Amino acid sequence: MSTHPTLAPGFPDLANLPAARRMHWGRWLAAAAIVAALALLGRAFAAGQIEWPYVARFLTVPVILDGIRNTVIMAVLAMALGIVLGVAIAVMRLSPNPVLKSVAAGYTWLFRGTPLILQLLLWFNLALVFPILGIPGLWSGRAVDIMTPFLSALLGLGINQGAYTSEVMRAGILSVDTGQYEAAQTIGMGRLLALRRIILPQAMRVVLPPLGNEFIGMVKATSLASVIQYPEVLHNAENIYYANSRVIELLIVAGLWYLLVVSILTPLQMLLERRFARGTTRIGK
Amino acid sequence: MTPLVAIRDVRKRFGSFEALKGVSLDVTAGQVLCLIGASGSGKTTLLRCVNQLAEIDSGGIWLDGELLGLRADNGRLHRLSEAQIAKQRLKTGMVFQRFNLFAHMTALQNITEGPVQVQRRRPAEVTEEAMDLLRRVGLADKAASYPSELSGGQQQRVAIARALAMRPKLMLFDEPTSALDPELVGEVLAVMRELASTGMTMMVVTHELGFAREVADRVVYMDAGAIVEAGTPTEVLETPREPRTQAFLSAVIRR
Ligand SMILES: Nc1ncnc2c1ncn2[C@@H]1O[C@H](COP(=O)(O)OP(=O)(O)O)[C@@H](O)[C@H]1O
Ligand SMILES: [Mg+2]
Repeated sequence: MSTHPTLAPGFPDLANLPAARRMHWGRWLAAAAIVAALALLGRAFAAGQIEWPYVARFLTVPVILDGIRNTVIMAVLAMALGIVLGVAIAVMRLSPNPVLKSVAAGYTWLFRGTPLILQLLLWFNLALVFPILGIPGLWSGRAVDIMTPFLSALLGLGINQGAYTSEVMRAGILSVDTGQYEAAQTIGMGRLLALRRIILPQAMRVVLPPLGNEFIGMVKATSLASVIQYPEVLHNAENIYYANSRVIELLIVAGLWYLLVVSILTPLQMLLERRFARGTTRIGK
Repeated sequence: MTPLVAIRDVRKRFGSFEALKGVSLDVTAGQVLCLIGASGSGKTTLLRCVNQLAEIDSGGIWLDGELLGLRADNGRLHRLSEAQIAKQRLKTGMVFQRFNLFAHMTALQNITEGPVQVQRRRPAEVTEEAMDLLRRVGLADKAASYPSELSGGQQQRVAIARALAMRPKLMLFDEPTSALDPELVGEVLAVMRELASTGMTMMVVTHELGFAREVADRVVYMDAGAIVEAGTPTEVLETPREPRTQAFLSAVIRR
């Protein structure tokens, strides 16, 4: 009695059967187990040796607010320096000039190959190597005055970041089809103009997710600058607990601030990613 | 009359492989020259040498009376700098097999990019001219579309407009329709036909023998890095003298 004489019989019509929902027993079980574990953990912390009122009180004291401001300023400036250096090193690494190429490779080797905390200490103690810094005949000053905690931290973090960012940027540049560069050449663009107008904007799409990752790493890496007296949030929290011995409470205060800053970064990154995804996906897809 | 393009004994090797084995060719202004030949015969390489995406090993190419990529100076040849080569490239426009539109720019931005960023012309004037070009290739309504939102035929027409916006003296086409679905070939060929009718000098690598027969002033058949036969479309396509040309043509027609 089929309406399509050419179709094989024996396949019943499913249109009139109701659709049954699948029960996700595994999900319910997992959720219950996690809620129970969290409740136990919460009770342990509430009953533990933590004075929560202290956490609340110190969360917004001026010294801590100064500290988190310094943390954010340092993270942004050092990351900016890292990106500028990273682009320059990546471009040098990909240039046909063998001298530029090996300088770039050496930079990455040196600054990726030694611990960041060691680099920070070296910058801060530069005066032991070069008591006087400057450009011969033009300008000079005493290294102890120039290499402040701020400048030492900026150079240490930024130059180290540049080594990592250069590899991210190199991957991004290589991800852009060579046809794009050739098309840029045929409309008369030189290497640098093509890079700026055509290659880098398209590399951004590939580069942003790992750069977001690197930036989050940078926010936390600024805490290493506490060893060279830069007054970021962990350094300031330590100064408070040296005086009042509320070690855990102040560490929690610092931890909460780091979490807050990192949480704000994620939606910012998504906005940027959407901005640079233009032209790569069809509308409505 | 001196030719717009003069190619003299050009050789080009990739490693030990010689892709061009002494090619000489003239293209006079206003002429449409179609290059045909089997895959790997050196057609793309020849076009890339003309706009200096590839560096020739010996011989010389003159465009509009100017030696490309080299400067003769008291008896010696010097390579031009990258900036000087970029300047020479402004006289040629290139259309690629795979379109190569700038993926992060709209159709309109693709067209205005060169005139504004390289030729430093006024954006308002350039935009107006770009819209005229889009109308000319039948895509005025696609000005704000990104390449990923356009069909292959539309992308290739934008690519032609992008090249024309630089006001080149010579247009190079490297198999402009061979990456297209069959039903989209016609719209691109129509744009090229219109361009030929305006007197543009064109060097076109193509497998579209119908287009060559109808539009070309000269047809050149290449094989293994050398020119085997050149002449009018009738001479080369209808009554080829060389056995290799005959074999190639019958293979293409049978396909
Ligand atoms: N960049 C390159 N490196 C090595 N060999 C190449 C390169 N470009 C082209 N060739 C070789 O040169 C020959 C001619 O290539 P091509 O000019 O692309 O031919 P056609 O366009 O006629 O198909 C081919 O054998 C190809 O493999
Ligand atoms: Mg080819």
